[in-house]
Amino acid sequence: MSSQAQPVKLISAFGSPFAYRVEVALALKGVPYELVLEDLDNKSELLLKHNPVHKAVPVLLHGDDRAVCESFVIVEYVDEAFDGPRILPADPYDRAMARFWAHFVENKLSKPFWMSFWTEGEVREGFAKEARENLAVLEAQLDGKRFFGGDSLGFLDIAACALAIWLDVMQEAHGFRLVGDGEFPALRRWAKEYTAHEAVKKCLPDRDRLVAYFVTNAEKYKGIARAALQQ
Amino acid sequence: MIPYLHPGTLNIYEPFVKAMAGEGDELKLLGMWASPFVLRTRLALSFKGLSHDYIEEEIFGNKSKLLLMSNPVHKKVPVLIHNGKAICESQVIVQYIDEVFTGTDRPSLLPANPYDRAVARFWATYIDDKLFTSFMTMIKGKTSEEKAEGRKQSFAVAETLEGALKELSKGKPFFGGDNVGYLDIALGGFVAWVHTGDILSGSKQFDANKTPLLAAWFERFCALDATKAVMPDVEKLVDLSKMRQARDDAAAAAVSQSS
Repeated sequence: MSSQAQPVKLISAFGSPFAYRVEVALALKGVPYELVLEDLDNKSELLLKHNPVHKAVPVLLHGDDRAVCESFVIVEYVDEAFDGPRILPADPYDRAMARFWAHFVENKLSKPFWMSFWTEGEVREGFAKEARENLAVLEAQLDGKRFFGGDSLGFLDIAACALAIWLDVMQEAHGFRLVGDGEFPALRRWAKEYTAHEAVKKCLPDRDRLVAYFVTNAEKYKGIARAALQQ
Repeated sequence: MIPYLHPGTLNIYEPFVKAMAGEGDELKLLGMWASPFVLRTRLALSFKGLSHDYIEEEIFGNKSKLLLMSNPVHKKVPVLIHNGKAICESQVIVQYIDEVFTGTDRPSLLPANPYDRAVARFWATYIDDKLFTSFMTMIKGKTSEEKAEGRKQSFAVAETLEGALKELSKGKPFFGGDNVGYLDIALGGFVAWVHTGDILSGSKQFDANKTPLLAAWFERFCALDATKAVMPDVEKLVDLSKMRQARDDAAAAAVSQSS
């Protein structure tokens, strides 16, 4: 059996935007996969065996002998291991730019984005300000294009996918508007294009379920935020 | 808001950059001698046999116009400028030069097989996430307890890396097998800090009793000509470390006196 034809399993958890990145990549490539949903409060042997270092989702299992961890690493693996539309561009400089901006989303935007929902008062204002500044920088990267990748979805679109979906979800679940109605028009337009995309639609999480999840788990995430701030 | 430039745009510097050009490809690296991420990038250039201009940014001085223009998002080194285009972030730079400069005289740093590449990238991410953080806690921890905690974490990370080395090298000298590869270079960026820490603490970060493979790798990697060609002066790093420590101690003393 060729490598590509070997079965693919994705260990995920409901609500995880990191695991969702991988689902989009697999959907773009047209790769069938079995989704294994973890209860992160009660981690399975499968997860602990295949990601002993971080014990986190997502983990991609390909065939019997390949386990790949870390969402960006998995997305690049999916791009290289399977035929289908390119996720990373062909040109090395464009690839470097895609990786640079994906790291930006992960290292500069991600933390203040999530923390702005799980904190209060001045601390919240601080994170919100930082998130909005970085959203503005990211918005500039769209530069009139349909997607960050140009005419088709690419690596940076996948890296930033949480923005297209989780932003509205979090704003509703936590009753805090990080982004005003008229703000970041290019990102808003991108989010619409993104969620309308054929491949993306196949794995879109259920919005109402996501909102309910974050409402139910609000105290837990606020606790995680408090602990993170103390470190 | 500061007018924003795409990291690739250096149009106004093109004449400046072209004036310095040699034959063919033009490579410049903006760096700072004490940075492990700069060392990582220099190691990659060295192992790929790529000649380039190296421009030192002042460690405590103002950031140069060239740096601010070529990395407006982070304003940090390393930055590689290739024929006028800027590439930032050490892991991104190393992959870029690996992809652009190929051929029999420029061996690949990343393995050929997608799964092996994924494994190398995973561990490189781990090094940046966990090893770097533990070193920073050791160096910049506000209390001696915090620093000790950082040191403890760094040993735990070393043990994990020992396991990775055992699995990936399969008895060969490097993470990359017979030859230095992407992961050797990713970890290699930290060898100067490790040397420095060993001197300052009087004990080994990669202890031959706890992490024998890593200890052997460390000696072997540091002895390579391509490494020696770009290693910073460890004595200078020790002095810098002592100076920073003295400065931090003075600041802490001032705070406790004024409160």
